[in-house]
Amino acid sequence: MLTVNHVTGGYPGHEVLQDLSFDVKRGELLGIVGPNGSGKTTIFKVISGILKADKGEVLLKDKAISKYSAKQLAKVLAVLPQHAEHAFPYTVKETVSLGRYAHQTGWFQMWSERDEAVVQKTMEQTGIKAFQDNYVNELSGGERQRVFLAQALAQEPEILLLDEPTNHLDLSYQKELLDLLKKWTREQGLTVISIFHDLNLAGLYCDRLLLLEDGKVNMHHKPNEVLDEARIQSVYRTNIEKHPHPTVPKPQMLLLPEKQGEDLDDLVIDERFLMSNEEMIQLKAPFPLRTMSSGVVGSGTGWYNTFVNRHVEKSYSCSNHREEMEAYLKNHQIDPVETVGMMTAVCLEDVSYQLIEDDGVSVFVVVTAGVGNAVDASRSVEHVYEPMPGTINTWVFVNGSLTDEAFIQSIMTATEAKVKVMHDHHVKDAITGSFATGTSTDSILIAATQRGKHLPYAGTITVLGKLISQGIYMCTSEALNKYRKRVSE
Amino acid sequence: MLKRFTRMFLLNKAIPYVIASGLLVGAMLLGISVGTVSVPIETILKLMWAEVLNLPSMGETDPMFTTIVLDIRLPRVILAGLVGASLAVAGAAFQGLLRNPLADPYVLGVSSGASVGAVLVLFFNLSLPLIGMFTLPIMSIAASIVTIFLVLFFARQIERSMRVETIILTGIVFSSFLGSLLSLMIALTGEELRQIIGWLLGSVSMRGWEYIAIILPFFVIGACILLVSSKELNAMSFGEERAQHIGVNVAKRKLWILIGGSILTGGAVAVSGTIGFVGLVIPHLTRLLWGPDHRHLLPLAILLGAAFLIVTDLISRIIISPTELPIGVITSLIGAPVFAIILIRRRKERRG
Repeated sequence: MLTVNHVTGGYPGHEVLQDLSFDVKRGELLGIVGPNGSGKTTIFKVISGILKADKGEVLLKDKAISKYSAKQLAKVLAVLPQHAEHAFPYTVKETVSLGRYAHQTGWFQMWSERDEAVVQKTMEQTGIKAFQDNYVNELSGGERQRVFLAQALAQEPEILLLDEPTNHLDLSYQKELLDLLKKWTREQGLTVISIFHDLNLAGLYCDRLLLLEDGKVNMHHKPNEVLDEARIQSVYRTNIEKHPHPTVPKPQMLLLPEKQGEDLDDLVIDERFLMSNEEMIQLKAPFPLRTMSSGVVGSGTGWYNTFVNRHVEKSYSCSNHREEMEAYLKNHQIDPVETVGMMTAVCLEDVSYQLIEDDGVSVFVVVTAGVGNAVDASRSVEHVYEPMPGTINTWVFVNGSLTDEAFIQSIMTATEAKVKVMHDHHVKDAITGSFATGTSTDSILIAATQRGKHLPYAGTITVLGKLISQGIYMCTSEALNKYRKRVSE
Repeated sequence: MLKRFTRMFLLNKAIPYVIASGLLVGAMLLGISVGTVSVPIETILKLMWAEVLNLPSMGETDPMFTTIVLDIRLPRVILAGLVGASLAVAGAAFQGLLRNPLADPYVLGVSSGASVGAVLVLFFNLSLPLIGMFTLPIMSIAASIVTIFLVLFFARQIERSMRVETIILTGIVFSSFLGSLLSLMIALTGEELRQIIGWLLGSVSMRGWEYIAIILPFFVIGACILLVSSKELNAMSFGEERAQHIGVNVAKRKLWILIGGSILTGGAVAVSGTIGFVGLVIPHLTRLLWGPDHRHLLPLAILLGAAFLIVTDLISRIIISPTELPIGVITSLIGAPVFAIILIRRRKERRG
């Protein structure tokens, strides 16, 4: 559709583009990204015929762009500018109608039925029909953007060039516009080339990305390949992190702000932050911790600074225990948004906690245990599902910086240690009579400060793994002993 | 669909033309009728019927009225109309091209350029071979075209993107410079002084039919160039790059529009001297009344410009009758305050 062949050029005395080559296929959505001054706008001006290339050529449908007259070019290629001037108060319809200029022929350039039909259709597609008689200069930024999009579409182009189309648009319009463009490329074979500032938007919507650096092509490939952490860091010269999008299989580049002041790096999470009464155990961290947990609220992964283990009656039953828990937390002046909350029917006096240190790493473990509904996981099919408040609730606070795999290994290690405790204390499954591996509703929380020592792994014989298994074994044993003592009394 | 569109067009767009034409006819009748000797409208209509349209006479008219109307007032009114129309449509085109309602031939220095050309002819008593009587208007038009290109050339030197403000600033610089050249020639002049000054102040009096013959071809050519460019003017008022993207050959069209505007300005200045502000006020007024679409703005500006200058000319000759004021003085007296008001309003809009 469009081929750029070894284009060198720019402004007199300042060649912005250096031997640039790439191609765009029909129906493709190509995103052009790159830092300021990398030549994004310049290559746009060359493609749209505003600037002439000093060397090389641009082929549009196998014909050099310089061979097109202005009118011929306008029938194939339309441009949505970043901002258009509007010196005089034209109406929306007058503005959109101008897009038909290249299609009107003859001396009198009569307005044909087809012109009218196309204008009506594009106004409908862009959702501006309702205010077609309003003045363009009285519209909001988003509406005005859509008017000029309609104007460009009225040209009935095969290629649409957009210069930062989402600039000045709020979130919903950004999404709406890009969804619309994506749909047109799919359904009507429209080819779209767009400059993006926002790498994440570009990654979400584009088929391919063209990354420019100092007027040269750094990479022209699929978003996942182009949006490489190291590559983007070096091109943009800033600190970013790449993460997968939580719901679609696309990458997201996240900015990392520089740490400002508040030097809490040496702070260790331990019993100083723990408060306990018969209603709840609460740990309030001085800053948010990265967590992975299976609580009632705040479960999954996230950043939380308050951790609550709440005592409920054995008979506790509620159709929506999450909502009830949130209401409970609010009643106690705890913000549910910042909290990981668990429940237990165990008497909270029997809590067991301990700080274990080794080699500059420390782990603070908090356990409440009850084995009233102990289950052997290998024979759990013999049980009927019946949700009950968790009876072994395990909290592990790591004073260190964990990777995602260290989080997962921490859960494994903690679970293995717990199973061993059950075994060593001869806890039996009441239904099967075999050794239990836990209870039916156990909960676990791994929370890390993400400061201090970097801890990539947490397998059983790593530094962290050793601390966790040791802490869990000791605390769970102690908690279990206290529980048994209370039950036997 | 087309039929419905045409009908809507007729309903919506015909009204302004009817109003503007009515104003023009009214102004013409008034201009012919009013003066030291008052000619009844009825007599004028009869004369038009018989002498201009060559239809059978509808009764005798006073031969004195015939002379006054046909030899003095009618050519004067037509000349005023042509000058007003030329300046107004040139102004409208310049404003559209430069995307600024403050631009007009006067502001851009084109008028001053035309004046220098004309005064040079008067000063040196030039008469070029072959064109004879047309020496002054041709020189005047040539000078106006040279001026607009010099203005654009210098504006480009100052700033490559040629922002509108830069063009206007350059135009003002040129106006001042050319104004000094005029002053220099006036200072050095002897017996032609009164002729030059009178010419510079602008007037359409005692010109006769010959002057209409001079301006008419330039008016027709200039107006045609601009009228066929009205769509491109619409496109260019959204910025030159935008116009290029829509499919307008901007470089070529810009040249044509500047040449057309300069021909009109040069022609008008050649027959009537410098008459300021018509080219600013009339397009602006037309746009306020009937919108910025150049396909209608240009023809309507022609009608309104003609009517405006005919009325202004009438005022200039009756206000302290029997002495006639220069018409340029009257237009400027009305134009300057309007210019100031537009400027202030625009500033407020930008800030607000």
